Amino acid sequence: MLDDKDRIFTNLFGLEDPGVKGAKKRGDWDGTKKILELGRDKIIESVKGSGLRGRGGAGFSTGMKWSFMPKEVGERPHYLVINADEGEPGTCKDREIMRHDPHKLIEGALIAAYAMGAHAAYCYIRGEFFREAEALERAVDEARAAGLIGDDSCGTGYKFEFYVHRGMGAYICGEESALIESLEGKKGQPRMKPPFPANVGLYGCPTTVNNVESIAVVPAILRRGAEWFAGIGRPNNVGTKLFNISGHVNQPCTVEEEMGIPLKELIERHAGGVIGGWDNLYAVIPGGASVPVLTKSICDDVLMDFDALREAQSGLGTAAVMVMDKSTDIVRAITRLSAFYKHESCGQCTPCREGTGWMWRMMERIVAGNAEISEIDTLEEVTRQVEGHTICALGDAAAWPIQGLIRHFRADMEKKITEAQSDNRQPDNNQSGRTRAA
Amino acid sequence: MVKMTIDGTEVEIEAGRTVLQACEQIGIEIPRFCYHERLSVAGNCRMCLVSMERAPKPIASCGMPVGEGMVIHTNTPEVRQMRKNVMEFLLINHPLDCPICDQGGECDLQDQAVGYGLDRSRYIENKRAVKDKYMGPLISTIMTRCIHCTRCIRFASEIAGVPDLGATGRGEHMEVGTYVGKALTSELSGNLIDLCPVGALTSAPYAFNARPWELKKTESIDVTDALGCNIRIDARGPEIKRVLPRLNEDVNEEWISDKARFSCDGLKRQRLDTPYVRRDGKLAPATWPQAFDAIKDRLTGLKGQEIAAIAGDLADCESMTALKGLMDTLGSPNIDCRQDGAFLDATVRASYLFNTSIAGIDHADAIVIIGSNPRREAAVLNARIRKRFVRGGLDIAVIGEAADLTYDYVHLGNDASALKELAAGKGAFSKILKAARRPMLILGGGTLVGQDGAAILALARSVAEKFKMIDAGQNWNGFNVLHSAASRVGGLDLGLVPGQNGADVAGILAGAASGTIKAVYLLGADEIDMSALGNAFVVYQGHHGDAGAHRADVILPGTAYTEKNATYVNTEGRVQRTQLAVFPPGDAREDWAILRALSETLGCTLPYNSLRDIRRHMVGINTIFLALDEAAPAAWEPFGEAGEVSAEPFVSAIGNFYMTDPISRASETMARCADEFIGSAIGKTGTDG
Repeated sequence: MLDDKDRIFTNLFGLEDPGVKGAKKRGDWDGTKKILELGRDKIIESVKGSGLRGRGGAGFSTGMKWSFMPKEVGERPHYLVINADEGEPGTCKDREIMRHDPHKLIEGALIAAYAMGAHAAYCYIRGEFFREAEALERAVDEARAAGLIGDDSCGTGYKFEFYVHRGMGAYICGEESALIESLEGKKGQPRMKPPFPANVGLYGCPTTVNNVESIAVVPAILRRGAEWFAGIGRPNNVGTKLFNISGHVNQPCTVEEEMGIPLKELIERHAGGVIGGWDNLYAVIPGGASVPVLTKSICDDVLMDFDALREAQSGLGTAAVMVMDKSTDIVRAITRLSAFYKHESCGQCTPCREGTGWMWRMMERIVAGNAEISEIDTLEEVTRQVEGHTICALGDAAAWPIQGLIRHFRADMEKKITEAQSDNRQPDNNQSGRTRAA
Repeated sequence: MVKMTIDGTEVEIEAGRTVLQACEQIGIEIPRFCYHERLSVAGNCRMCLVSMERAPKPIASCGMPVGEGMVIHTNTPEVRQMRKNVMEFLLINHPLDCPICDQGGECDLQDQAVGYGLDRSRYIENKRAVKDKYMGPLISTIMTRCIHCTRCIRFASEIAGVPDLGATGRGEHMEVGTYVGKALTSELSGNLIDLCPVGALTSAPYAFNARPWELKKTESIDVTDALGCNIRIDARGPEIKRVLPRLNEDVNEEWISDKARFSCDGLKRQRLDTPYVRRDGKLAPATWPQAFDAIKDRLTGLKGQEIAAIAGDLADCESMTALKGLMDTLGSPNIDCRQDGAFLDATVRASYLFNTSIAGIDHADAIVIIGSNPRREAAVLNARIRKRFVRGGLDIAVIGEAADLTYDYVHLGNDASALKELAAGKGAFSKILKAARRPMLILGGGTLVGQDGAAILALARSVAEKFKMIDAGQNWNGFNVLHSAASRVGGLDLGLVPGQNGADVAGILAGAASGTIKAVYLLGADEIDMSALGNAFVVYQGHHGDAGAHRADVILPGTAYTEKNATYVNTEGRVQRTQLAVFPPGDAREDWAILRALSETLGCTLPYNSLRDIRRHMVGINTIFLALDEAAPAAWEPFGEAGEVSAEPFVSAIGNFYMTDPISRASETMARCADEFIGSAIGKTGTDG
């Protein structure tokens, strides 16, 4: 349970003024100049020392990522790109930051950009976030008017600009290299790696892409010290985290909690519990649509952090907890996710382009019971054929929910097929219930 | 150098190469669809996946740079399974319509499916169907077959320099097309057909014509421009079915222009297959002896000065040698191979060659293009300039028509005055040229056809010398003339220019009009003003019923480049040979042999009886014919005559790319292209529409 004094996003619920005045009252922009005067190395050391892991889903050490940028700015300028293309189903944390606490993001961007020698930060914001983009732009204007960013950011003489770029509604543009392509004005398709963005990124220049939340917590880390941040949560899974709880709970919400909070406590304390009580729980997707689903028995005592969820063969992802009670048709639910990935695959590389459609069609047939039980194994094989063989992680993301479903809820799938077959079987017709899809 | 291990074999390879290239170096073939060595790496087909030790996931070998100590496995059961998996994905939405697909027999997907495909499908859903796209009269599309390798998109934007192609939609609905459904505006579009690994983009004129295994393949040389692109001629029986490029890094890499590829259907139409003799004003079929006798009748009694000969743009070196030999024995100095009337100095070889060589463009750091549109005059060479441009560090200036050349350039002016200023060292670009280490200029053949041709040539030479474009120390000669006729350099090398007191093309035409020249021999010369020939007796030897044949009094049917073993010298001075792919139609005969036979009738028999003899004779005239497939450097000597230059703007030698010679003018495909791409620019006749 996170203490109120340790809370970073103190205006998460938007009860106070999101403007620069309110932000300053909450401690933002306080001594930013002093933080910058620490120098690049010290800032990166602190962020590394804090143990902050990227909040966008993959959980890579943020400080480490920053240190991959070239030490000296050469012929090519450096760029900071902020990923605000929050499109992972179930996730709604970054939008709260941009709506209610945008100055944390802008201040963090200044510090991060300074630490990496970048004079420009591009915030790629999801196109559907219309009000959020307005709020963010308002905050950028305020910060510029107040001299916090601009030609002489916070009186340090450092030139820094913050640009807001609105996306056009493609999930894949949340993948960092596709985001860069899209920023450059091209079709949003992930790039091959290597080269990594830290070497060849936006416009071919060294670039770091960070999640909104990762950047927004940086000022607090530097102000309160890396030890403070590292002291929250479990080793290797430290700090505070925004959790989004949605689905069959009494009070869906976005809340800041410490890393490693037990899932059950998170749901019961902040979301008012599962509808119909904990025993009515059927399954939970703990980290956004792309991580495998968990059964109730795992949910009983699993901790919400990177390592614990990985041990449970799932992942923390974006910490978007989707709760499903016993009224849920879990096969139908995962099929909907398959449709999502089929729709959002960029179509560039073969396994994902062809595999997502195939998986979705098989899932649809299984939901309708128009399949053979052996096809569940085919489906599993197809997910393995996609997973790990694609340019970006969308292929993995499309495969994992189905793998989780087959792992934990195979019985539900088989039941759908056998029930449909016994319904369809005529006394004089001993054929399989499966027919070719129309 | 980087040391790595592939399948247990230690490999040493240059840093910066890819794993796929390292595998190829030791002879391990990695299956691939999207990877192409001349295009950027896309890495999207995933067929080239290999496993790398200490890597969490398999890697795409086409895009992974080699690293010290890498351990790669390409032949484990896991890797083979990965390939099978990718193949399965590629095939689930592929129509598998090989029996009716033109790519059948030369399809990458088919070939690799033999190695990695399954014999049955686990995919029981409906297959995707994609609407076909319109890509012009040359490319036929069956987009359902597309495997989205994006080779075509990358070729169009990177090599051809036309960003017309792209992918729209995403996921399963991703489609390759021209966005707006218009034809691809590139002179190199036919190469997409070769690049497409499946049957999505196939040749429209060749559609449903033949299977690759039925075709007889002959390696030859293209003559539709002066580059001498290396081609392969595919024929079935007496018919040329298609023309494909052949690899030659020094000339055309692996591209050819659309004219080289698609004008071959012109070889079937308008052909001269029997001799003709004009009787009572009408051309009537005749036998060879009748035709020869008719010529003998008219030539007997004429003085050498009263006879003239003009060699056309497609004439081969053997026939030009024989023509020169014939005129010499007849005592005529009136011979010319420059049917456009260009001032080209046959005495200084460096003055009419593309001295830098085509491959030399790769090393240039500044180019001045004078009065030329290389995109029209030599499309493949233009792609080479673009390739060099894309690499960066190349400044280009153009004097003449400010056309879209697919790369950026500074436009210095339209006429010779800009060239004069450059020669005087004025302007910002002269600073660039001065600083350049390997500057070059490209002088279009069109600049030399006017009265001031000699002055332009001298001016160009002074620019070349002023900016130190000729650097013997570096083995660099930046002075280049870009010809557009395949025969031109060979003709000049053989000395087909007027002898003492001889008349050049303009002189011959004037003489014919005034009656001082009584007989004119046209060796495939169709580009001259036939009405200027007056009452002269005209013999036309050639393969197409074009302008020359219409005017002729005697027609001798010759052979096209696909029907003879003949020598051509390209614009860089590279001696190359065509090979007989099919036999000429009807009574048509090899060109040099016609001249040899005629000489016998005329009683002045030429001293060669075989191709070997005449080739030996050619070497006697010019030793460059000794070295095949080589572009030997030419010595730099003074040439040109300084003088007044006109203020007329430079005009490219070629207006309509698709119709430049008797073959392409007879080609239906080229006519369709001209209609599609130049359409409104060329005058339509009243019967159109």
